[in-house]
Amino acid sequence: MSKINQIEGKAVPVEGNDIDTDRIIPARYLKEITFTNMGQYPFYDERFDAEGKPKGHPFDLPQFQGSHILFVNQNFGCGSSREHAPQALMRWGVRAIIGESFAEIFAGNCTMLGIPTATVNHGEMMKLQTLANENPQTRFLLDLDKKTLMKEGEEYLKFDIHESKRNALVNGTWDSTGLLLGNAPKTAQVAKNLPYVNGF
Amino acid sequence: MSKGTLYNKVWDSHTVDKLPTGQTQLFIGLHLIHEVTSPQAFDMIAEKGLKVAYPERTFATVDHIVPTKSQARPFQDGEAEQMMDAIEKNVKKFGVSFFDFKSGHQGIVHIIGPEMGLTQPGMTIACGDSHTSTHGAFGTLAFGIGTTQVRDVLATQCLAMDALKVRRINVNGKLKPGVTAKDVTLYIIQKLGVKGGIGFAYEYGGEVFDAMTMEERMTVCNMAIEGGARIGYVNPDQTTFDYLKGKKYSPAADKWDKAVQYWKSIASDKNAEYDDVVNFTAADIEPIVTWGITPDQSVGINDKLPEVARFSADEVKTVELAYKHMELKPGQSIKGTPINVAFIGSCTNGRISDLREAAKVAKGRKVSPSVRAFVVPGSQPVKAQAELEGLDKIFTEAGFEWRAAGCSMCLAMNPDKLQGNEISASSSNRNFIGRQGSKTGRTMLMSPAMVAAAAIEGKIADVREVLK
Repeated sequence: MSKINQIEGKAVPVEGNDIDTDRIIPARYLKEITFTNMGQYPFYDERFDAEGKPKGHPFDLPQFQGSHILFVNQNFGCGSSREHAPQALMRWGVRAIIGESFAEIFAGNCTMLGIPTATVNHGEMMKLQTLANENPQTRFLLDLDKKTLMKEGEEYLKFDIHESKRNALVNGTWDSTGLLLGNAPKTAQVAKNLPYVNGF
Repeated sequence: MSKGTLYNKVWDSHTVDKLPTGQTQLFIGLHLIHEVTSPQAFDMIAEKGLKVAYPERTFATVDHIVPTKSQARPFQDGEAEQMMDAIEKNVKKFGVSFFDFKSGHQGIVHIIGPEMGLTQPGMTIACGDSHTSTHGAFGTLAFGIGTTQVRDVLATQCLAMDALKVRRINVNGKLKPGVTAKDVTLYIIQKLGVKGGIGFAYEYGGEVFDAMTMEERMTVCNMAIEGGARIGYVNPDQTTFDYLKGKKYSPAADKWDKAVQYWKSIASDKNAEYDDVVNFTAADIEPIVTWGITPDQSVGINDKLPEVARFSADEVKTVELAYKHMELKPGQSIKGTPINVAFIGSCTNGRISDLREAAKVAKGRKVSPSVRAFVVPGSQPVKAQAELEGLDKIFTEAGFEWRAAGCSMCLAMNPDKLQGNEISASSSNRNFIGRQGSKTGRTMLMSPAMVAAAAIEGKIADVREVLK
């Protein structure tokens, strides 16, 4: 599995606190039994009117096309555990998300897909979103080894990321099945010692 | 760092290994699956040529997409039918127990687990659904996961997890008459916020929780996630043991004493240490109604909607969006807000005690002609029990529709949806924009009794006054 050390690209800002996963992907798209088409749906109801015409959401503005880094505010991805949300963002083109804070389940789902969820403080995010809005062609580089966000090749700020999530990404173990399977004998031992597994 | 809590004990007893990432490999004692978040996970393990490692520890049902009017197959919705077909094939292929319509146990996954005694104290429980926190009512570590994590549980019965901090939330004193578990959980969310629980497991304790029934505790734990806490739990006690006795999957009579002994041993120690402790007073809690687009935007039934200036600068944007979406104004009373739809059901409030409380309000009264009202039992057994007690008749005579078990309009992945900008009084858990199936639809969360009161009055009402 690939190691994820750096993510480079333009940034797209999506502003607002508490953007829940129903807003990121409406439930009706969860009826599809594969993730294949999810890239068509992120923020669908915020992007399109009843006739399907774009309403001017950042995901549809020409200057943000091809962006790989998403700038968000507090508690992004709250609510439903649907992995369809990060799947939709990823398949649209998002490779990394920087925010003020993330809902727990959402951040875990992102890691499983190899998407870092990095955090900065409120003031820093205000600056980042303004920068992306005013100069959408700005290139950023998220360096997970140094926990640094570079702007146009220069160090811009330091970010935080949960250490175990960072380790999983930089060591290429974010797709955890292999790691967990490697411990199958230990797993069997733990199960055997649990009273409810061994019938009390 | 917390010490001696139920969280610590259950975490430790399920730890398989410390992974090189720093995460913990955690054994999952009970894995629940449903039709929406499992098909891709089964495909992933099939692609890797893996099988389900512990098929006897995974149980499946169908709830999210099932219609509640007619459950005859094939479903009218082709996508829903395809999804049913996928889970039926997968459980067969991988040898997983499946509670389908014919089983008599089909229902919302968080209702049927406890109902059958699958959910037991001291377990780790995972399900591809955020409201898995419900099972914490039994003293478990129960949490929602995404589909790729469902794959991991299927393939290994384990997850790579980071430990949470533990916040003890005490509610002491006695609740006022007419104040329910739903009001308690909405109150806690209102006070601590929807982001307040990020990074925490919530341990609920104190006189109010000690006095609650298991079904009430489930309502509270169900909404821990709405406060940002992935896990919420109550320590097991005699109420828990009494509930579990004699259930289909509960320990047999000859093992019962040993099981109870074990369950007692995993409760938090008297001198347990917590990362944080918060105290609330029961008497301060009124029947609560949400007015906004996040579950912490709520007021007591006799309160007025808050002024925008009351919120911190970085919250103003969300508050303004909430007022715009809800077409409500600061300063107006919540009471008297006209409603179009009344929905009683969901994993929060679709259990028998919820239906009984709502039926007390419906009995001998009529649903307002301007309201479409319906009751959706959380499971086939809840439906059967309600019909045995005649609750279905009380509801239908009052003008409520009586439906079959499913998630229904909580998330509207089925034909039950709001139309246009309708307002619903809902006993469910999320008032997010678009949640109930219309992007302009509006949701006001409250207890099932309050929903029934709103249905009768045609507007948000104080159930205590309606019952007078």
